[in-house]
Amino acid sequence: MAIISRGFSGRSAAANPKLPPGQYVTTDFPVLSAGPTEHVPLDQWEFVVNDGARALKRWNWKSFRDLPAERVTADIHCVTRWSKFGTLWEGVSLDTLLADVKTDARYAMAHSYGGYSTNLPLEDLKNRQAWIAFRFEGQDLAPEHGGPARLLVPHLYFWKSAKWVRGMTLMPEDKPGFWESNGYHIYGDPWREQRYSSE
Amino acid sequence: MWRVGTVVALNHETTSARTLTLEVPDWPGHAAGQHVDVRLTAPDGYSAARSYSIASAPSPEKRLEITVERLPNGEVSPYLTQELIVGDRLELRGPIGGWFVWRPEQIEPIQLIAGGSGIVPLMAMIRSRTSSGSSSPFRLLYSVREPASIFYREELRNLADRGIVRITHAYTRAVPQDWPLPPGRINADLIANATWPSTLSPTCYVCGPTSFVENASGLLTVSGHSAQRIRTERFGPTGDRR
Repeated sequence: MAIISRGFSGRSAAANPKLPPGQYVTTDFPVLSAGPTEHVPLDQWEFVVNDGARALKRWNWKSFRDLPAERVTADIHCVTRWSKFGTLWEGVSLDTLLADVKTDARYAMAHSYGGYSTNLPLEDLKNRQAWIAFRFEGQDLAPEHGGPARLLVPHLYFWKSAKWVRGMTLMPEDKPGFWESNGYHIYGDPWREQRYSSE
Repeated sequence: MWRVGTVVALNHETTSARTLTLEVPDWPGHAAGQHVDVRLTAPDGYSAARSYSIASAPSPEKRLEITVERLPNGEVSPYLTQELIVGDRLELRGPIGGWFVWRPEQIEPIQLIAGGSGIVPLMAMIRSRTSSGSSSPFRLLYSVREPASIFYREELRNLADRGIVRITHAYTRAVPQDWPLPPGRINADLIANATWPSTLSPTCYVCGPTSFVENASGLLTVSGHSAQRIRTERFGPTGDRR
């Protein structure tokens, strides 16, 4: 039973079916990172898929950008409670990147330049649900927002969309990544309000 | 799980910021640097929640303090800074966060860098250092718009006088009388003169608006600090954090 806040009316806008519980709409694009912004030169950038023992696939910037890219319009939801509607991205689908990877793994750990990591079920990376995005609103993705390329998994809280992504480890069992080891939910579905590890 | 907190004290820090002391009977305790979600609910059932850093040190008492800055178009902060009175009850969830945290077991030098209301979680760290009896060497570089924007003014002066934390102030819009520098953003000179050198391998905690944190953490990196030792917390114009 909620406690009524005497004299509070808030914005009380009609409930927006596009807005997950406990979120509010913002029009700008706040930056949230655990450390300094990474600056990754394109001639050193690579993206590697491995199985924990060996590399299965490897792209440099050129071979990555030669892959077919898609435009994606998505609503994004940050665990700090802002949501931003209709963001426009361009990126390579994980379906494309994982197309010839044969694996029994059920989970993946995304790794980033700078040491960040986040875990996801492999299911959530397939069927046009996830991309490696390199452009935002028609511009090259800025470093503070994860450029040159970040993971984009808009159906989960946005900390799962790892900035400065450099690769992915396929895993038989789920393991917590960075925020998942620091108080945040192992899966992070905004529609079920899976914010924190205590729920 | 939402807990219920009762407001037991309210204190103005500046004309736009206020510290709320909350009594929470089932508070499980917290670490310095963590935050809480605060939820308000209107009579029609509409509710809004925001995150605020905890300002008080961990303690066995079932109490915590948060300091909230009023944002011009904020939805929750105007209520917390202007409407709320002693005796009101609020819903809280937390404590939250395990990364932007200082624990008394840490013995390395600590560099704190605050922009505006970014001082709040850093104040919890300074208070925790004091209450835990830690002797970890602390420095604080605290950037504000003008002298009247400083939070916890007397307490910080007192802590500096007692040698618990060495404090350097910086001003972006207006400086005190006879201040040796013009107003401006934190720059490489200030980092070199007022912060621990990277050779001492301090852990750095940087908290403030996005542009402030981008600037300060970039300067730390350039001056040789390992990115692994720089922990950041940013809030944006609509982030409504704190």
